[in-house]
Amino acid sequence: MNYINLTKIAVNALKRNKFRAILTMLGIIIGVGSVIGMLSIGEGSKKNIQDEISSMGSNMIFVMPGSQHRGGVMMGNSNSKSLTLKDVEQLKKSTQYLSRISPQVSTSGQAIKGNKNWPTSIYGVNDEYLEIRKYEIEDGRIFTEQEINSLGKVCLVGKTVVENIFGTSIDPVGQTIRFEGIPLKIIGVLKEKGQNGMGMDQDDLILAPYTTVQRRMLAITHIQAIYASSIDEQSTDQAIEEIETMLRSQHKLKADANDDFEVRSQAEMVQAFTSVSDMLTMLLGAIAGISLLVGGIGIMNIMFVSVTERTKEIGLRMSVGGSGNDILMQFLIEAVILSIFGGIIGIVFGLLVSLVATNALNLPFLIMENAIILSFLVCTAIGVFFGWYPARKAANLNPIDAIRHE
Amino acid sequence: MQKTIIEVKDLKKDYPVGEMTVHALRKINMEIKEGDFAAIMGTSGSGKSTMLNILGCLDKPTDGTYLLDGVNMADMNKNQLAQLRNSKLGFIFQSYNLLPRTTALENVELPLYYNSKVKSKERRERAMHALEQVGLADRFHHMPNQLSGGQQQRVAIARSLVNDPVVILADEATGNLDTRTSYEIMELFQKLNDEGKTIAFVTHEEDIARFMKRNIVFRDGLIKKEMAVDARHNATQLIAELPAETDIDF
Repeated sequence: MNYINLTKIAVNALKRNKFRAILTMLGIIIGVGSVIGMLSIGEGSKKNIQDEISSMGSNMIFVMPGSQHRGGVMMGNSNSKSLTLKDVEQLKKSTQYLSRISPQVSTSGQAIKGNKNWPTSIYGVNDEYLEIRKYEIEDGRIFTEQEINSLGKVCLVGKTVVENIFGTSIDPVGQTIRFEGIPLKIIGVLKEKGQNGMGMDQDDLILAPYTTVQRRMLAITHIQAIYASSIDEQSTDQAIEEIETMLRSQHKLKADANDDFEVRSQAEMVQAFTSVSDMLTMLLGAIAGISLLVGGIGIMNIMFVSVTERTKEIGLRMSVGGSGNDILMQFLIEAVILSIFGGIIGIVFGLLVSLVATNALNLPFLIMENAIILSFLVCTAIGVFFGWYPARKAANLNPIDAIRHE
Repeated sequence: MQKTIIEVKDLKKDYPVGEMTVHALRKINMEIKEGDFAAIMGTSGSGKSTMLNILGCLDKPTDGTYLLDGVNMADMNKNQLAQLRNSKLGFIFQSYNLLPRTTALENVELPLYYNSKVKSKERRERAMHALEQVGLADRFHHMPNQLSGGQQQRVAIARSLVNDPVVILADEATGNLDTRTSYEIMELFQKLNDEGKTIAFVTHEEDIARFMKRNIVFRDGLIKKEMAVDARHNATQLIAELPAETDIDF
């Protein structure tokens, strides 16, 4: 058998029926196009969420106080005072998977300077917090060890606070603002970070030494959260485990007692937020897959009609020396050409759709090689699978009957 | 001594029809030698079509032997039979059986596509040559629907010549044509035969059979008589004697 010749025969046969070939391909084009389009848009929106969450911090892990028993009564999370500075120190001393760690205490109130004021939040943290949360200093410096220990009245301010209190003309570094009645000297300004994935302004904040906020403003002994970075992305899970073990022993919890704290990682947040988009992508992909299947059945349908319509041609081909296998291969090649060409056009079409859609939705445009290769293979398989039966029928025709078929 | 192209011995063909068996061919013995031009004649139901199917290697006999150019077709499987048809036979049908929307040249090339030894350049050259032989050198790129019936049959004849077969099998090749065109086609067949082609021509028209060298008449699955044609028609001469056609000029 000569595949080059058979391919030429198949191509010529398709050329004789261009319009029908294009109509047949349309099913595959739409099927593949929508699969590629849906997956690409879904993947783009997932990437978008991931980017925004990862911009919140680097390999970030945060610990919040959890519910705890007090004399048989379950206390709510927000009332819990289970985390203390001792926990932070202990974690700092004896964990191996954490690179940075910072306590956090926070409160909200008005920042005041002269006749200007602005409602904002103040976060009491240490000097490692900036790196954990991926904040950078644009101007000035971070507070020193000494300022932390001495409850220093210093702070760093975010761009939103600067704009609302100082405007653009005054250099805020060196100025003093009042927050909750306490004067704080501005020693640095944070670089702009923009909104996070949930639409919160990440520049509307004041950072101060945790000691200052904890004791001077709130007058409490516990802390509200612990922020940390694991040494790298892979060791996040080990780091979480380490924190849990350490805090349980630190809090002297019995083996059967619930944790009185909650550890969350950035990866979990990504998962939580992307699970919805994953599900949507799968759902849309499945619907698109069904349309691909329908396209395949369309090919089978047309091939059947084509075999019946071309019975005489098949008889002729057999009488001039085409074997059953030649005929089988011809029809199979025709079906595969239809589905592969349909697939290629569909891939281009799908990418165009997703390019337009991602632009309109402001999502990153991703070309997914895997999906493209996969849909290419699926198309070939569809061609062979749905082409086989009609081709078999053609090959099994009796040449005597076929040649006299009217 | 001429080479024997077709040799049929004690050939039988039965068809089961329900409970009964139809004996389409009862006991056929015949030979066609190289350079022969034989008419296979008979009324419908005489077995001539069954004979043609077997001669064309499209059907196998129930019993007996058929040697085509020395090859016993009983030993061959389906694929080998297809190859045999491709290398040794040329078919011509009553209804031309050209591929629609395909040029004359491509129609003639068709059998060579199933012969992997022939490269595309040679294929084209041989198809052109075959079309020149049938007098259609100026119609290479015409589609079948742009050709007259006679011209379409000429394309079909070119197609049967292109693989240089040992025998051309024609099945009522003039059945769809008017008298003048039939004669023109017969003129072509006579020319090809004069050039050495062996031709077996199935027909029920005695008029047409008289263009050939020999007539083999079938009846009820047997050969009724086998005779040389005396006072053979000469197509060129007959065409000249036909009343002139009224040409319509546009």
